Amino acid sequence: MKSVMNGRRVVVVDGRRTPFARSGTAFTDLTAYDLGRHAVAGLLHHAPVEPGEVELLVMGTVLQDPATNNVAREVGLASGLPPSVPAFTVTVACVSANLAILNAANAIALGQADVAIAGGTDTLSDAPIRVSRNVRKRLMAAQKGRGLKGLLGMAKGLKFRDLAPEVPAIADFSTGLSMGQNAERLAKRLGISRADQDAYALRSHQRAAEAARKGFFADQIVPLYAPPAFKVVEADNGVRGDSTYEKMASLKPAFDRRFGTVTAANSSYLTDGASAVLLMSEERARAKGIKPLASLRAVSTTAMDPLDELLLGPAFAIPGVLESAGISPAEVGVWEIHEAFAVQMLAVLKLLEDERFARERLGTEKPVGAIDPEKLNAWGGSLSIGHPFGATGGRLVTTCCRRMEREGARYGVVAACAAGAVGNAIVLERV
Amino acid sequence: MGAIRVTKRPDGVAVLTFDNPKGKVNILSPEVVEEFRGVIDDIERDPGVKACVLVSAKADNFIAGADLKFFLSIRDPMVGERFSRDGHALLDRVADSSKPTVAAIAGLALGGGLEVALACHYRLAADDPKVVLGLPEVQLGLLPAGGGTVRLPRLVGLPAALPMMLTGQRVRARKALKMGLVDALTSPGGIEETAIRTALGLLDGSIQRCGRKRPWMERLLESPPGRVLLFRQAHRSVIAKTRGLYPSPLSILDCVRTGYAKGPAAGYDRESVLFGQLVAGPECKALIGLFEATTELKKPLDATPPRPVDRLAVLGAGFMGSGIAAVSLELAPVVVRDLSQKALDGCARGVYSGLSKRVKSGAISRFERDRLFARLHLTQQAEALRRAELVIEAVFEDLELKRKVLAEVEALVPAECVFASNTSALPIASIAEKALHPERVLGMHYFSPVPKMPLLELVVAEKTAPWAVATARAFAVKQGKTAIVVEDGPGFYTTRILSPFLNEAVLLLEEGARMEALDGALKDFGYPVGPVTLLDEVGIDVGAHVARELGPVYAHRGLGASDALPRLFEAGYQGRKNGRGFYVYPPRGKKGKKRPNAEVYGLLGGAPRRPMDRKAMAERLALLMANEALHCLQEGVLSCPRDGDVGAVFGLGFPPFRGGPFRYLDALGARQAVDQYEALAKLHGQRFTPAPLLVEMAKSGKKFYEA
Repeated sequence: MKSVMNGRRVVVVDGRRTPFARSGTAFTDLTAYDLGRHAVAGLLHHAPVEPGEVELLVMGTVLQDPATNNVAREVGLASGLPPSVPAFTVTVACVSANLAILNAANAIALGQADVAIAGGTDTLSDAPIRVSRNVRKRLMAAQKGRGLKGLLGMAKGLKFRDLAPEVPAIADFSTGLSMGQNAERLAKRLGISRADQDAYALRSHQRAAEAARKGFFADQIVPLYAPPAFKVVEADNGVRGDSTYEKMASLKPAFDRRFGTVTAANSSYLTDGASAVLLMSEERARAKGIKPLASLRAVSTTAMDPLDELLLGPAFAIPGVLESAGISPAEVGVWEIHEAFAVQMLAVLKLLEDERFARERLGTEKPVGAIDPEKLNAWGGSLSIGHPFGATGGRLVTTCCRRMEREGARYGVVAACAAGAVGNAIVLERV
Repeated sequence: MGAIRVTKRPDGVAVLTFDNPKGKVNILSPEVVEEFRGVIDDIERDPGVKACVLVSAKADNFIAGADLKFFLSIRDPMVGERFSRDGHALLDRVADSSKPTVAAIAGLALGGGLEVALACHYRLAADDPKVVLGLPEVQLGLLPAGGGTVRLPRLVGLPAALPMMLTGQRVRARKALKMGLVDALTSPGGIEETAIRTALGLLDGSIQRCGRKRPWMERLLESPPGRVLLFRQAHRSVIAKTRGLYPSPLSILDCVRTGYAKGPAAGYDRESVLFGQLVAGPECKALIGLFEATTELKKPLDATPPRPVDRLAVLGAGFMGSGIAAVSLELAPVVVRDLSQKALDGCARGVYSGLSKRVKSGAISRFERDRLFARLHLTQQAEALRRAELVIEAVFEDLELKRKVLAEVEALVPAECVFASNTSALPIASIAEKALHPERVLGMHYFSPVPKMPLLELVVAEKTAPWAVATARAFAVKQGKTAIVVEDGPGFYTTRILSPFLNEAVLLLEEGARMEALDGALKDFGYPVGPVTLLDEVGIDVGAHVARELGPVYAHRGLGASDALPRLFEAGYQGRKNGRGFYVYPPRGKKGKKRPNAEVYGLLGGAPRRPMDRKAMAERLALLMANEALHCLQEGVLSCPRDGDVGAVFGLGFPPFRGGPFRYLDALGARQAVDQYEALAKLHGQRFTPAPLLVEMAKSGKKFYEA
């Protein structure tokens, strides 16, 4: 796609999210719908607009619960938006929320809306587990089944192993490789060491812990009271600020036990959470006397080869989006890049500096160059805070805006990779 | 203009549409019954009419019940009896007609309304939460006098019918289908069409009532020996609940029993006779009076328009604050602020479990629960109050704290935000003493537990603006509360009349009364709990606090507080909450009975225990309460006796069948009451000196309520 943002100027006014929790912990009893409505209700509570002013809701999600197919609609109805607000769900793996935000932004840019909410929600605690294809076929047939004989006949041809449930794999359909296996391939191809990966992951945790300690997340996390205990959850619970390099190094590789370097500790973990961002046309924000956090300056959405470039989305999307915004990498004060794996981050950083990559894959003379590590994911990232697939984009955009505000940066870049080798990058500018 | 429209269709179905031209609900007045009779005459005669459908043109009710104004006017039992007999004759004709009649119920069908439906051949209800069926006559001191005591048990079984009639328990559509009260459910829109098709189906036999299968347990209980057991059990539980003070549930049991023992005709006859007695009796008059009063109090006052409240803030997430939040979620998003995270957690849990109970009862859907719960925003930050349009504080009962909270709120909220204090005794004027905008400060005194207690005492201080009162009142009415408006002053109305009542109980204990005897005496008088138990429930610390606040104010009338409560509190007695009160309680979570704490007698000092006349004890307390209510009326704290009666009954448990302190005095007669007061004053002191207002009334022979 072309890296352009035409039409009316779109601004980010506010962003909120639930705390992110390791799957199977605090939010075990919640669905993606529950998490989503808490994020949106929390945003509406803080937002300087009344629910009736919102004209569109777009939510990203990855693991779809068949009970709430268009989860955005259920979220909208249950979170206090009037029933008259259309809502749709987008699913683009780990950039679902990013593209939900872009969808809403496009609607505003085109004049179809002035106020929209976009974000995402996912729970990995309750992945839709299915029975095997063989059993499903029979169950479907059984709905028209005739009598006991018919039912018995259906057992014919059913193998014992068909009775095992199918858990959705976090794998690419086209390559059959799981994310972790692909990360492992990447590590070997680019020669990224275990030591570098562990060091990067450790720093991510330390930064997230530090930011939380300083209260930087207070204006983006909506405390959540989850049944059945209703003990408030106010903070992300997967951050290991007290971890050590030694502890990290002691872990066995998760995807290639013998030769591998990718471990549970230097990969993002399964997470439950939701995020929501309030977008407005700049005109409307100004008319209401609202001071926006930032405007959307440029966007880029890319897609590459899912086998060898699966996790490299930012390396492809960032050069384009910077060019489109007409700014140099040095002008960017805040970088928020999704950390699927430490190795993926290191690979992206490496390729952004790589002349051959720039020449051969991007067709440009000069690579983007080195990204100042102090400006990159300074409040932690998906490795430490967690990664509810469909929700991470909302967290990235909100954190980017809040960091720009706190650090006095003019430009910020949000970028992420996704299954299917889709990449996305957004340039935000303070207004 | 009539209340029933008849449309005769070419297919032979006559549609009878109930549409009361004089109000939003259909009611059965003598005129409507007369009109109904005419319609039935015509339908029976008309050979073109083969079947009948009964439907309502009102949005949310089928027939809401009988005409209470008519009931209130009945003095002669024969009038009531005749009304009932006329109803029986009419409904019997419907039930016995060869032309099938279908009742199409898309809203409330209560009392006589349900009895009309019961006489039909088929009941079709809308699958809608608006559909509520019940026989609530007992709550008005009456009985179902349109054949309900005979037809209901035969339709749904005795075990299900008894609680409906004896407690007024209501059922919603799905439950009604399950128990056989209705025959089928349909979607609310087009219920008339479906009812017409059903009537035609009943006519040609393509639709039959699918009778309910009676479980064997029910058959067993309905066998003659089972019935004996069931009736005995029901009788026992009625006596336990009402102490025999309410004639209506016992009359209902009598009717049901007669109907089973001697057949339906005898049951109907019994209904009519007993109904006549009940409707002319004082209990029914008092209960209907209260019902009418609460209905009036819920009507909007158009003097000053209320301002909209699109965001409510509650300060304090304790039991009170949580309750206030819970009853407000349907009206507006609610911010609850508390500095204690534990209290906020508890608030979330409490509100959610309350919503879940409503899901279980079918009042709301699970999705609706989610939607409502999402409107609750719990926070420790004061900042969150910024956009509130009504703030209700339910923080600890401490003047300085309340002033501080008010100042904090005023610094944040817009000028048109109303600030209400949920104080039970602190004068609003002193809370608002340093307020920037005292005109928007008032009292909203809720009663605990908020979701259950229907009363709200709205306290208006001298500087409170009418718009603020109107806004708070409109909000309270939407919360489902009955709001009485009272003037500011120490203890307002309810706390002010409760305080001497409780103090008198303590004095009686000091004189040598036994606590269980005293509690029993007041329960026999009709209070739901005795004063000693009440002190334990409220908390001895709270009682001591109120006594300290109010005692000195009214000391000149001899109402100085006993120092027993502060003494008990200092000795570590707090009441129920710490397990140490007048009674000793079993440890939390454990079962067991409370028993009198003999140590308390020692601490109270005074006379040794001795038997005392129970009736005298009860009257002494009730009269003291009533006297204080008289003073409130005389001083203008109350604007009318009606508000005083509603407040005392719904806030303090004054025996409902007595109708409240003013109706109680009316029943005694002012002359007689003055004599009683003077006798008590001679014995116990000037606190019993009757209020001048009563003395005047004794002279003029006036009553608080028109006879």
